[in-house]
Amino acid sequence: MRKCLLFLLGLMFVLPVFLILSGTLLSRYELKEIMMPLVSGTEAFMRWKFFPQYPTFEHYVRVLFYTPQFFVVFWNSVKIAAVILAGQLILAVPAAWAFAVYRFRFRRLLFTLYVLLMLMPFQVTMLSNYLVLDGLHLMNTHGAIILPAVFSTFPVFLIYRGFSSLPKGIIEAARVDGAGELRIFLEIGLPLASNGVLSAMVLGFLEYWSLMEQPLAFLENQTLWPLSLYLPEIGLDQAGYSFVASVITLIPPIFVFLAGQEYLERGIAASALKE
Amino acid sequence: MPGRKTKRAKTGRYHKTERAWAVFLLPSLAGVFVFVCLPFLDVVRRSFLTAVTQEWSGFRNYQAVFQNQAFMLAVKNTLRFTAVCLPLLIGLGLFLAVQIGKLRKMQLIKSLFLFPLAMPAAAIVLVWKMIFSRQGFLNLLLNSLHLIPESGAVDYMDSAAAFWVLVFSYIWKNLGYTIILWLAGIFAIPTDILDAARADGATERQCFWYVIFPNLKGSLYTITVLSFLNSFKAFREAYLVAGSYPHESMYLLQHLFNNWFVNLELDKMAAAAVLVGTVLFLAVVLLQKAWDPKEREE
Repeated sequence: MRKCLLFLLGLMFVLPVFLILSGTLLSRYELKEIMMPLVSGTEAFMRWKFFPQYPTFEHYVRVLFYTPQFFVVFWNSVKIAAVILAGQLILAVPAAWAFAVYRFRFRRLLFTLYVLLMLMPFQVTMLSNYLVLDGLHLMNTHGAIILPAVFSTFPVFLIYRGFSSLPKGIIEAARVDGAGELRIFLEIGLPLASNGVLSAMVLGFLEYWSLMEQPLAFLENQTLWPLSLYLPEIGLDQAGYSFVASVITLIPPIFVFLAGQEYLERGIAASALKE
Repeated sequence: MPGRKTKRAKTGRYHKTERAWAVFLLPSLAGVFVFVCLPFLDVVRRSFLTAVTQEWSGFRNYQAVFQNQAFMLAVKNTLRFTAVCLPLLIGLGLFLAVQIGKLRKMQLIKSLFLFPLAMPAAAIVLVWKMIFSRQGFLNLLLNSLHLIPESGAVDYMDSAAAFWVLVFSYIWKNLGYTIILWLAGIFAIPTDILDAARADGATERQCFWYVIFPNLKGSLYTITVLSFLNSFKAFREAYLVAGSYPHESMYLLQHLFNNWFVNLELDKMAAAAVLVGTVLFLAVVLLQKAWDPKEREE
C-alpha cells in the first residue's frame, strides 16, 4: 500500500518525459490542432493525445537531417561539458588530496573559503567573472564558460569527502617505507578517489549540460550557445521540432543518470555526512 | 591544529611533506584566486566608485541599491521564495525519506523522485507552459472537476500564482536530492539504538521523534545549506518560462542581476553583489554555528 502510493507519486515526477515523448510522434496537423489554444489564446482548453492518431517520425527526420544548426548547438554543449569535467578532474583531485592529507598553515581557512565559494550562487560572482573574462578577452567565447567552471570548488569538496575517511596510519606507514609524496598520491590517493571523482563527474555533467546563467550572460553569438539556451528559443509554432530537440537533449543526461545513479546518490550523500 | 605542531617538532624527516601540499593545491588555488577572489576584491573596490568616471563615491552605490524599487522587490520575492520553499522541501523530503526508508526495495522509487534532477530546465519548459498556461492542463483538470468555470481560467504564469508555479518547479526538481540526503542521514543512525527503543516498547511515532529525529540534526544543516544554494538555480525555470521581466511576484534577485548586467549598470551590480555575498556568508556561518558547534575542533 505504502509502496503503491509512493510509486504513483514518483510516477508524477517523470510524467513530463512521457508528455514530451508522445509529443514527438504527433503529426504536424495534430500538433497544430492541439497547440492551437496555447498559440491563439482561445477559451478552449488543450486536449493532449498520449497516443497519436497517426504516429510519425517526421520531426525526428527533420531535426536529424535538415537542421544542421541543431548539431552545432548540440556539439557546443558536448564540448563545454566535456572540457569542464576534464579540467575539474585534473585540478580537483590533487587539491582534495592536499586538504585531506596535509596539515598546513591556513588549511582550515582555505578549506572554509572553498566551501563558501561552492555555496555562492552565480549571481554573486557574476561581475567578478565578467571582469576577468573581459580582461582576458574571453567574452563571447566558450572559454568564458569553461574557465571559471573548471575552478569550481564543489568537486574538490566531494572528492575530499572520499579521502577524509582514509586512515591516517596508512600514509604514515607508506612514508616510513620510504614512498615519496607523489607515489603515495598516485598509489593510495588515486584509487581511493574514484568514487568521489565519479560522483563529481555525474553531478557535474547534469549541472553543465543544463548550464544557463553563464552562457546567457557571457555568450552573445547564438552559434556558440549550448542546447540548454537554444532549446527555449524554438517557438510554439514549431512544437514538433521543439519536442524532438528536447528528447535529444534529454538522452545524454538520462543515460548518465541511469548508468551513474549509484555515484549520483553517493555524491549527494557525501555532502551530508559529517567530517 | 595539533597535527602541525607535532610535525614541526620532528624536524628533518617531515620537512618535505610540509611543502608537498603546495604542489597539489596550487593549481586549483591559483585559479580560484585569479577567477574569483581577486576579481571579487575588485568588485568590492568598484562598489565604492562611480561607474563611468571611477571616482570615489562612498556608500552612494549602496544607497542607490537600497532605494532601487526593483532591488527591494527582488529581495522581498527571493526571501519569500526561500521562506516558503526551504521548510516545504525539507519537511516533505524528510517525510518521504522516512516512508521510503521503510520499504524493502526502494531503488526504483528513489530513481523516480531523483529523475527530475537529470532533466535540463530547457527541456521541460514547454511542458510547464502546457500545464500552467490559461488553456493548459491544470485549468483543464480544475475545470473538469467543476472547481473553476471555463471562462474563469487564469494564466498561472502571468498572475500572482506565478510565484507558486516557481515553488512547484523547485520542489519537483529538488525533492529527490533532499530525499537522498535524508536517507543517508537515517541510515547512518546505528540500528541498535532503534532496536533498543523498539524493545523498550516505543511506537513507530516515538521512535521517529525521540530516536531518529534528534540524530538527524547534522543532516539538517547540510540539507538546509544545499537547498538554499539550489534555490538560486530556480532562476533557470523562471527565466525560461517567463523571460527577463516575469510577473512581479516571481521577479527574483537573479533576474535583477541579469538585467543590470545587460544594461551594464556595473556600479549597482557591484554593490549588490557585495551585499548579497555578505548576507549569504553570514547565513552560512550562523547556520553552521547553530547546528554544528563541534565542527571547529576537528
